[in-house]
Amino acid sequence: MPVLSVENLKTYFFTKAGVVKAVDDVSFSVDEGKVLGLVGESGSGKTVTGFSIMGLVDPPGRIVGGRVLLEGENLLERRDDAMRRLRGDRIAMIFQDPMMTLNPVLRIDTQMIETVLAHQAVSRERARELSRAALGRVGIPSPDDRLKAYPHQLSGGMRQRVAIAIALLNNPRVIVADEPTTALDVTIQAQILFEVQKLARETGTAMIWITHDLSVIAGLADEVCVMYAGRIVESGPTADLLDSPKHPYTAGLIASIPSRNVRGQPLKQIPGMTPSLLRLKPGCPFRDRCPNAGAACEVMPEITRPSPVRTLRCFYPMAEPVTTQ
Amino acid sequence: MTPLLALANITKNFSRPLDFAAKLARVAGADVHEVVVHALDDVTMTIAEGEVVGLAGESGCGKSTLGRIAAGILKPTKGTRAWRGVDITDLDHAERRDVALKIQMIFQDAFASLNPRMRVGEIIGEAPRVHGLAARKELQEYIDQLMRQVGLDPAYKRRFAHQFSGGQRARIGIARALAVKPDLLVCDEAVAALDVSIQAQVLNLFMQLRAEFNLTYLFISHDLGVVEHLSDRVMIMYLGRIVETAPTLELFQHANHPYTQALLAEVPSLNRRDHDFTPITGEIPSPIDPPPGCHFHPRCPHAMPRCRVENPLFREVAPGHWSACHLNDMP
Repeated sequence: MPVLSVENLKTYFFTKAGVVKAVDDVSFSVDEGKVLGLVGESGSGKTVTGFSIMGLVDPPGRIVGGRVLLEGENLLERRDDAMRRLRGDRIAMIFQDPMMTLNPVLRIDTQMIETVLAHQAVSRERARELSRAALGRVGIPSPDDRLKAYPHQLSGGMRQRVAIAIALLNNPRVIVADEPTTALDVTIQAQILFEVQKLARETGTAMIWITHDLSVIAGLADEVCVMYAGRIVESGPTADLLDSPKHPYTAGLIASIPSRNVRGQPLKQIPGMTPSLLRLKPGCPFRDRCPNAGAACEVMPEITRPSPVRTLRCFYPMAEPVTTQ
Repeated sequence: MTPLLALANITKNFSRPLDFAAKLARVAGADVHEVVVHALDDVTMTIAEGEVVGLAGESGCGKSTLGRIAAGILKPTKGTRAWRGVDITDLDHAERRDVALKIQMIFQDAFASLNPRMRVGEIIGEAPRVHGLAARKELQEYIDQLMRQVGLDPAYKRRFAHQFSGGQRARIGIARALAVKPDLLVCDEAVAALDVSIQAQVLNLFMQLRAEFNLTYLFISHDLGVVEHLSDRVMIMYLGRIVETAPTLELFQHANHPYTQALLAEVPSLNRRDHDFTPITGEIPSPIDPPPGCHFHPRCPHAMPRCRVENPLFREVAPGHWSACHLNDMP
């Protein structure tokens, strides 16, 4: 049984200008110790999906349908206080900007011990030990010194490690990570990806890794879901999906990455831009930018299964697999 | 051939002068020093006419500072800057202004670099109007033409910057830079904030403009994939110094410096599915107190005693391929 499964999730924002269907009929699941990559461009709904799982959607946003099942229990039926007890305990989130999650006026040890004591009946000393161990697990050198530091005394990479350590403190079943390495340098990103992967395997924590960067996903995730305009347009095992993308959007994204193009030649580009979710026409939202679009695309395509492990929302999928270099 | 722009022995320090209390304390005998950030340390580089030079490195390595000095926005603490073989300090006021116009900069955050209260047409047309590059009668025509060149509809020129998408704002920034007919564009992370599909559009625009106007680029980016695609030659920076430079293919196929090798190994790639690599440890040290000798030695897997005391000099390891590493002196 998957640790977390999201079924037909719909999160809409009821704004003055109209209803924004930020997440529309999204389904996926993630198994123990696995990493699921949720990929999409800005405005595709990937972050709102993460927030919906955590129960962090604020008005004018509202979850209007679907289920979020954590080990079989529908989180959407939980009351706010029950949800609050769950967050940081069985389910945790890591954000893009660790300065946003860390309290600037409290030392790291204060913040970490607080997190442990909020969910576990242990002594303060034990909580400190757990915090120290968590810092060690994410590759922070001399954790004793770091515990006494304030967030501003740490570098960006160290702060993000602390944020990951805090997320790990109570051994959650699921961690939702929203672009956690996007603001970091390549070498630091590589260190963190390396450690996260090890942790997921060792602790059996399932991870949902939200990112815009397909190349990060390639080396990290076991499965990928590609989002466009609030919907998952394609999903499948990482290598399979990247080697033979079926949806024209995924294929276009992959083809536009510089390393997939001949050096110095024009990049293959997807024309146009992502549509405004406020003025979404009926039918497939990608059809105006799509090279394959036809008459059938006036209607929203249903999810099909081109193979037992893949899902697809497209009437005119790519025929040839994109050749790898 | 005389390079278009040559920077020689550029050093740039940023320091905050001591305030009154600190000066008093020092007079009283306290051990108070100015905090000095050593952003650039004796950097020499040239850009030939028509060349696209990629400048890559991690945050805090000084690549933006170098770009700003190249563009003339910042003054170096030490070192000289020459345009077409003539030292800038030898020019008179009018000539210096002409050089300043010939080097334009494109910034990472297009929105922050556009005046929110000016209409796009005014933003693009201001510089050519002030500098008399377009006659008053022809100015509107000139603006329309610029907007078309960067792929914007001139019908939108009465709009404000906030009414455009991220990719369109990047195009406005490019049109503004092109308006003064520059020879050299310094692009500082110009596509970093854009979505992948939009990034490809803007990169294509850069390449198309290069062919059209014979532009020269200094292209600053942390994204090695972008740098590899666009550049003729690549320079890799680490903590205020250029550690390696080579023609693009040579650099990506035969990286010489251990830092470059580490960078290339760790760039996430669609084609790399193996999870089992050991990333380089540690972080870029603070430029307030850079390590002695080779700046990379605390993280370098090959560091020797010599690296801790002596700064390695550039050595040509292959034609046009220069690297600053003591390993190249080994037999």
